Amino acid sequence: MEKIVVGLKRVVDYNVRVQVKSDGSGVETDGVKMSINPFDEIALEEALRIKESGAASEVIAVSIGTSDAQQQLRTGLAMGADRAILVTVDGDIDPLSVAHVFKALAEKENAGLVMLGKQAIDGDNSQIAQMLAAIWGRPQATFASSVTIDGDTARVVREVDAGLETIEVDLPAVMSVDLRLNEPRYVKLPDIMKAKKKPLDEIPLADLGIAGGPPIKELAYAPPEDRQRGVMVDDVAGLVAALKDKGIV
Amino acid sequence: MAKVLIIAEHDGSALNPSTAKCVSCAAAIDGAEIDIAVLAASATDVAAQAAEISSVSRVLTIERPENEHAVTAVLAPQVAAMAGDYSYIFGPSTTFGRDLMPHVAALLGVNQVSDIMSVEGSHTFKRPVYAGNAIVTVEAPADSLLVATVRVASWPAAAGGNSASVEAGDASVEVPSHTRYVSLESAASDRPDLQTAAKVVAGGRALGSEEQFGLIYTLADALGGAVGASRAAVDAGYCPNELQVGQTGKIIAPDLYIAIGISGAIQHLTGIKDAGTIVAINKDEEAPIFEVADIGLVGDLFQIVPELTTALD
Repeated sequence: MEKIVVGLKRVVDYNVRVQVKSDGSGVETDGVKMSINPFDEIALEEALRIKESGAASEVIAVSIGTSDAQQQLRTGLAMGADRAILVTVDGDIDPLSVAHVFKALAEKENAGLVMLGKQAIDGDNSQIAQMLAAIWGRPQATFASSVTIDGDTARVVREVDAGLETIEVDLPAVMSVDLRLNEPRYVKLPDIMKAKKKPLDEIPLADLGIAGGPPIKELAYAPPEDRQRGVMVDDVAGLVAALKDKGIV
Repeated sequence: MAKVLIIAEHDGSALNPSTAKCVSCAAAIDGAEIDIAVLAASATDVAAQAAEISSVSRVLTIERPENEHAVTAVLAPQVAAMAGDYSYIFGPSTTFGRDLMPHVAALLGVNQVSDIMSVEGSHTFKRPVYAGNAIVTVEAPADSLLVATVRVASWPAAAGGNSASVEAGDASVEVPSHTRYVSLESAASDRPDLQTAAKVVAGGRALGSEEQFGLIYTLADALGGAVGASRAAVDAGYCPNELQVGQTGKIIAPDLYIAIGISGAIQHLTGIKDAGTIVAINKDEEAPIFEVADIGLVGDLFQIVPELTTALD
């Protein structure tokens, strides 16, 4: 396989405790740390390992968004991606359109694999890989915790509710990766310097001629109902009494 | 009238309780007429269980050998072929539904609403985002088919006692062979299923080893409950991955959740927000788990857990 396309979404850093804006229009992002979606970072790490094993020749990092996402793509380049593509769009883009962007780029680049995180930690939708597989007409291997490339096929272990499921897919294919697949490498300073010289192309969304689906509108954000702090007991006898009091045991 | 098709989750012989939870969600839509699709190699047993769920009009079976295992590339074109005059197609937010439903949506050219927590109107729903730290109300277009997953922790299983008609459905469509099921490695257990158990005992990193994690199993057995774990415990190899509770594991809503040696990272708390009663046992009184616990006990778990097991057995 020649090329692996990896999606890198810019999201609110996973350590940030998000706050809903008082007008309900979204969550506070002003002055908030932004990072690569952690699952996407794992996808990139896996793509780099596949390339390092000799099974692929080029890793292309792709993001969709405003020019701010250049920052995440530069981090991806510093990790080891060979080049990056930013599909520029102002405002929101619906998931089906995102899948169409990846299809357009996968076809343009003749990709053997498209690797994505299993979900983005902002919208928590978990849709893009599955949608891409559908419209591209290629296999999907979601929630991957182990990937083995063997010529024109890949064997993938998937984390499913019942345990670990193994499937075999023909390449090209789409994969969405889970937490335990690998631990992404740390970026070193010389890599950051080198990444500045790597190509980062921008393509306006309109140039790809994408037609997604009718979007699902977000009407209002609200904070979740908080659980109240309960009582503290001193010992096991107190705990058992409290459980009995609630009629649970 | 709102025609809803629900895709049954099953293992070839038993219907997963997630299906009856999808029925509860569908029944919250005004004027819902609910059908369940059972795609299987042999659908008889599963269809009979689905026909018992209240509010269900018809159970449609699609039997073909390729449906022996739930492979999305195989199932999705058949589901899309069944879309016909349905206004809604629902599946559960389990890994089965999360794998299948977006693929179905894309085949049908529409977006998907993930993880419906509540039905606010015919096309208006609430769903969690940012690991449950915000709830967003979304509105899907009223003039196109709506594909969605139902957040199973938010809905009770619909009652039984029904006897809906079981009919052969129509989904003759070619399916690809580019995706092949190989095997499933599952820690066989006689304990209740984590996702649907009324009581769950979960352990964290503080258990310290796979051997000591056995304390969790013993307490769970004394209570007749299921076993869960934090991501840290799974990553440390104390227990298998399918026990993980949280944003990226299972989201559960048992009547009783006992968190032992779990500090309560926000990603973990996301998975237990809907639990009835949360009990926390931890040696660190500052642990965030105590902020959400209904009953808290600070102390050494290696002393407390055996004592509690004896008291409850």
